[in-house]
Amino acid sequence: MSIYRTHILLPVDEGTVQAGVFEIKRRLESELKARKLQDEIKVLESGSVGIVGKGVILAVYPDRIYYFQVKESDIVSIIEEHLLKGRIVAGLAHAPVAVMAPEQAGARVGLTREQRRVVLDKSWTVDPQNINEVLAAGGYRALEKIFNDKLSPEQVIEEVKSSGLRGRGGAGFPTGLKWEFTRKAAGPEKYIICNADEGEPGTFKDRLILEGDPHKLIEAMIIGAYAIGAGRGYVYIRGEYELSINRMQKAIDQAREFNLLGENILETGFHFDLEIKKGAGAYVCGEETALIESLEGKRGNPRVKPPYPVSHGLWQKPTAVNNVETLANIPAILSNGAGWFRKIGTDKCPGTKVFTILGHVEYPGLIETDMGTPLREIIFSFGGGIKGGKKFKAALLGGAAGVFLSEPLLDVKMDFESLKESKAVLGSGAVLVMNEDTSIVDMLFSIAKFFAHESCGQCAPCRIGTRQILNIVYRIRRGAGRKGDPETLLQLAETMFKSSLCPLGQSLVMPVKSALNNFADEFAANLK
Amino acid sequence: MPKVNKMSETIKLTVDGKEIAVAPGTTILDAARGLGVEIPTLCYHQNLKPTASCGICVVEIAGSPALKRSCCTPVENGMKVTSNSRSLRALRKTLVELILSNHAVECPTCVANGKCELQDLANSMGVDFDRFANVVSDKPLDESSPSVHRDPKKCIACGRCVTVCGDMQSVAAIDMVSRGFDISVNTFFQEGLGNSSCVNCGQCTVFCPTGALRERSETDAVWDAILDPGKIVVVQEAPAIRVTLAEEFGMELGTVTVGKMYAALKKIGFDHVFDTNFTADLTIMEEGTELIERVKSGGLLPLITSCSPGWIKFMETYFPDFAPYTSTCKSPQQMFGTLVKTYFAREKGLDPARIVSVSVMPCTAKKFEARRPEMRDSGFQDVDHVLTTRELVRMIKEAKIDFKNLPDESPDDLMASYTGAATIFGATGGVMEAAIRSAYFLLAGKNLDDLDVKAVRGLEGIKEATLTIPAQGLGDLTVKVAVAHGLANARALMEKVQQQIRATGKSEYAFIEIMACPGGCVGGGGQPYGSVIADRARRGEGLYREDKGLAKRQSHENPGVALIYEKFLGQPGSETSHNLLHTCYFERSLLKGDCVREVTKKHAAGHHG
Repeated sequence: MSIYRTHILLPVDEGTVQAGVFEIKRRLESELKARKLQDEIKVLESGSVGIVGKGVILAVYPDRIYYFQVKESDIVSIIEEHLLKGRIVAGLAHAPVAVMAPEQAGARVGLTREQRRVVLDKSWTVDPQNINEVLAAGGYRALEKIFNDKLSPEQVIEEVKSSGLRGRGGAGFPTGLKWEFTRKAAGPEKYIICNADEGEPGTFKDRLILEGDPHKLIEAMIIGAYAIGAGRGYVYIRGEYELSINRMQKAIDQAREFNLLGENILETGFHFDLEIKKGAGAYVCGEETALIESLEGKRGNPRVKPPYPVSHGLWQKPTAVNNVETLANIPAILSNGAGWFRKIGTDKCPGTKVFTILGHVEYPGLIETDMGTPLREIIFSFGGGIKGGKKFKAALLGGAAGVFLSEPLLDVKMDFESLKESKAVLGSGAVLVMNEDTSIVDMLFSIAKFFAHESCGQCAPCRIGTRQILNIVYRIRRGAGRKGDPETLLQLAETMFKSSLCPLGQSLVMPVKSALNNFADEFAANLK
Repeated sequence: MPKVNKMSETIKLTVDGKEIAVAPGTTILDAARGLGVEIPTLCYHQNLKPTASCGICVVEIAGSPALKRSCCTPVENGMKVTSNSRSLRALRKTLVELILSNHAVECPTCVANGKCELQDLANSMGVDFDRFANVVSDKPLDESSPSVHRDPKKCIACGRCVTVCGDMQSVAAIDMVSRGFDISVNTFFQEGLGNSSCVNCGQCTVFCPTGALRERSETDAVWDAILDPGKIVVVQEAPAIRVTLAEEFGMELGTVTVGKMYAALKKIGFDHVFDTNFTADLTIMEEGTELIERVKSGGLLPLITSCSPGWIKFMETYFPDFAPYTSTCKSPQQMFGTLVKTYFAREKGLDPARIVSVSVMPCTAKKFEARRPEMRDSGFQDVDHVLTTRELVRMIKEAKIDFKNLPDESPDDLMASYTGAATIFGATGGVMEAAIRSAYFLLAGKNLDDLDVKAVRGLEGIKEATLTIPAQGLGDLTVKVAVAHGLANARALMEKVQQQIRATGKSEYAFIEIMACPGGCVGGGGQPYGSVIADRARRGEGLYREDKGLAKRQSHENPGVALIYEKFLGQPGSETSHNLLHTCYFERSLLKGDCVREVTKKHAAGHHG
């Protein structure tokens, strides 16, 4: 392996691809070659760094300098000035990004703000397509530890249980408990499924992991399979995530080559293999039983529960379904111990959380920070505050199935328990920020439209309820709302909450109720 | 039997404060019913796997923040269930209002009026009809099938029909397509039931709670024929009709009203009222002869019955290799149709072109069968119109006939005499029993000791019997027979037979009866809306009672049948019989249900291989 003095990272995600990252890469490589620098400076594709809307991003390591909005015409000056003379190119947008130092805290805002990255630690600093690099950066160490220390499956589950890790898919169910139920369920054949059907509007966190650090997921799934006693696993990735699917597939192939997957893994006698199933884009397939139906080749309808997947999952066999972000915590927990994990975040919700900050903020993007970080800090520090000096009006937390919060609730702590007390939800960790010019009625209309479109149609309350809610919000939006419409909306949403079969129909109550309660005037103004 | 501690096997719970102990796995709904507490339901049907669609049956459970659907939630120890409360009632009303807003409310003209489960809920709960904007689907009526029509505007997407088609019948011609508000029950590629693997059994219509699925109506065409002075309208009624009309006119379920049936048909204006039972007896003569011939000559066995047109299309689609095994006999309806325009016309000196042949059937598949292109051996379409029980009931009501108090009348002569063996054709196992009675007699030269062949009666999915017949000149013949009803059972039985033939070259069975509908024709797809499977057993019992009370209970004793052989057909299996009473089968495509090739040729009975 050659030693390079400098690495140039080109984060590849849907946004940078559109901005021309591959053209930049080709140009960069040819310019480096022309200067015979190809053995000194290595160009790598990494996962997304979590910064969006900044065009092609080019990072110079070990200097840790990030250039934004890089054009092909900038390349020569970056090489001549920075790479050869060590001078940061004046006139190009750049920032020193400090997310590498998890134990520090600082006062800087936006992109320069330090983050504690546990699940995203490698996803933007290594070449995810090169397993050697992943291994060198500490990949598969947790698995190695389990096998070297001969930890029993029960011990692995115990470690996860005492870490207090809760599912990051939205419901916050304790992961260790889920694994224990699955392990204890009767039957020799079991499955582990990674739910990578990320469909919550405004949420792209899983993509960062899938694209930037797929080996971490594979490692976590091997550990999970070992713990519950599964011989086979599936990664259910939404079909639109083409890059994620390609990267994941490549990682699986490499893991197989290295005998990290397949028969007799690392000569331990443990067998486990993994395959990808592409989702077809239905929101409801993020619900675990609908996902399982889809995986079985059927229409993605939610199942009646109980029984739950832990006892009757895929092919009616015990199955653990875990979200991408949840699984991405597993290797760190096993490597560093439950005690280490418990020190991060809050008592009832240990660990970090990946948040998607979007909307009217200065720095939209993805950040990872401790559970329990106040919302204000996320919006005003990490997000850099409201764009263009406007005033804050509302934040929608947790995606479409989320809650509208107004100014007085800005100090709420972002973890499952604290949000529950404020009648809000963490959901997928999306934080959609709205400025003073935003119409909450418009927002509720888009949400109602989304739900009406995504309802699977299996149960009447959701199928017809979403449609009627959309109708009513539509007429309020047109200024033709009728007296009693807000009450009808509330009652409908409540009816759907109580009688819908799955979380899709049950969750529209949250945006409806919070919009009507926290922004009642806006609705009242539109009634005739 | 080992002693078991009963206490450990039951689960105790309370419903509305009343305690009950039930078996594990019991649903809250069933536990409540055990206490006499009726929880309202809509999509749930006691004979089908719950689809959990409507949400009407939700109940409160102490300590659980979520409401639970009582139809599909198993009981747990110590559960405290509340089946009704102010908030539950308000919730259920809202749900019914929502469902109504998405349903074409056409009650006065709807075929399900009075039997519609949604109408019943809406009416009894006093819902606000105008609360929500009308959001009815604009999808067009599916009229592609000769048997079943589907109106998406009335569909409440409860999924019962999908369950019936997939689980009960193992056909799965329909499924939910699209999603959310655009969801609809549809066929593969959405080309309509008439261009699908639908076997026309019509079980979906019987289970549909709202009349979104119905038979293709032929009542107008029949009235037109009756009211046309130039036409001679002749009617036949299947065995199962005589035992179903009663329940539709306020009489006890399972009452046989054959005399009232004839009287009503005459009052409606049919020129000649006959009885399909006549050709049921004739079928036994033809099919029995075919069976005996195959047994004696080492022909293809098992012989499989051919009376059920839903089964025939199913066989042609999924088991075309079994076409040569299937009896070449036409169904009683089609035998009758051919004979009306040949034998009857000749005997009465009528121009067959003027005859309109109508049948009343418990069956929607009979509409398809009548239109099969090969069913024209009289030189005309043998059966012109097929009415289901439901359509006849409507005609009786339109004619303002007081059915319940109608004095009995007799049918016309020539084609109406029948024996008890014909009557039991209407229940699962009936054709088998009738065949056993006559085959025994024909082979042994004497009657069975007990004409009741109880082993093949009842609602068990697949029934078997082994008989020993002291055949004259052949010694004791041991014959194993099987009966299946409901196409999922038929599929299971046929797969077993298929395996036996593949493994050993032959099957353990000599004769198999298959009926497409659970319960046989008494449970047919043309029978009244809103019945449950248990009702089918009671209708069947009515038929067995009639059989028991008749002087002649064996098909070969039917004097009219003897007469037709003497005057017209010669003997069973004669060339005339083969020309008029036997048919051929095709292989059909799974995707569209159309014919791919002819598997058996007409007039080839008994000469296979």
